[in-house]
Amino acid sequence: MSSGAAVPFWRAAGMTYITYSNICASLVRNCLKEPHRAEAASREKVHFAVSKWVDGKPEKPIFNYLSCLHKIIKDECSSDCHLGGDDVHEINYQCK
Amino acid sequence: MYRQARRLLMLRSSGGPGGNGPARSLSTGLPAAPAEDATFVEAWKKVAPNIEPPTTPLSFMKPRPATPPSIPGKLTVNFVLPYQSELANKEVDMVIVPATTGQMGVLPGHVPTIAELKPGVLSVHDGSEVAKYFVSSGFAFVHANSVTDIVAVEAIPVDQIDPALVQKGLAEFNQRLSSASTDVEKAEAQIGIDVHSALNAAVTG
Repeated sequence: MSSGAAVPFWRAAGMTYITYSNICASLVRNCLKEPHRAEAASREKVHFAVSKWVDGKPEKPIFNYLSCLHKIIKDECSSDCHLGGDDVHEINYQCK
Repeated sequence: MYRQARRLLMLRSSGGPGGNGPARSLSTGLPAAPAEDATFVEAWKKVAPNIEPPTTPLSFMKPRPATPPSIPGKLTVNFVLPYQSELANKEVDMVIVPATTGQMGVLPGHVPTIAELKPGVLSVHDGSEVAKYFVSSGFAFVHANSVTDIVAVEAIPVDQIDPALVQKGLAEFNQRLSSASTDVEKAEAQIGIDVHSALNAAVTG
């Protein structure tokens, strides 16, 4: 019945709903007036550590970036990348 | 096969008053959710009468309100964001949600619906007060007992939108759409245009 339903343009382009929703949310946050904008910017932060594995051993992890998770994964990761690591350094990294 | 279909349908639908009854009741006629399972508690008391039966998570929650037989006077709204709950069990007259199929008004007694939201303005009407939020995207669930759950990733009161930034964003994404090459870039630019034009309409409208 609904197997041939029209898909939204973002799904046709290969994007998932969560990605679409997060993009919409970050665009809305960027259009806030000043004091609220600074508070909202802290909501966008994602804490994670990325470490590349070479010869079965993890290298020192790249520290916790603070925004634009999907862009960072695209830029930094190749196929032998693995998420993990124990270091908890915070570096402000704006990827615009 | 189809010769029997009519007879089977009649059996199922008229099974209420006479006969065995339908296998499952419709969700419109549900009573309030029970806080604990009565048969389990009885069986436990037979085996271990001196020990209290274990509590389940369901007994700590408030039970689902029963579906009232007549249309209630007010709508109960729960509007939640990932980092805070904007409205919790607030009794209002009407909510207008920005569904992908257009602005949808929800009144008490609305048919149960699940609606995906597009970036737009959500307005909550209580008497003469109207509270407007710009919602980035999310879902709205209207239940049979006139409880409406609205979940969104980001929602801002309309007076916190900065018009200058909206215009700048709109121009930037229009430019990105014309210079986009891959599908993903075009989709992202299109999303940007949609969100910014909705923001524009919210600020000026």
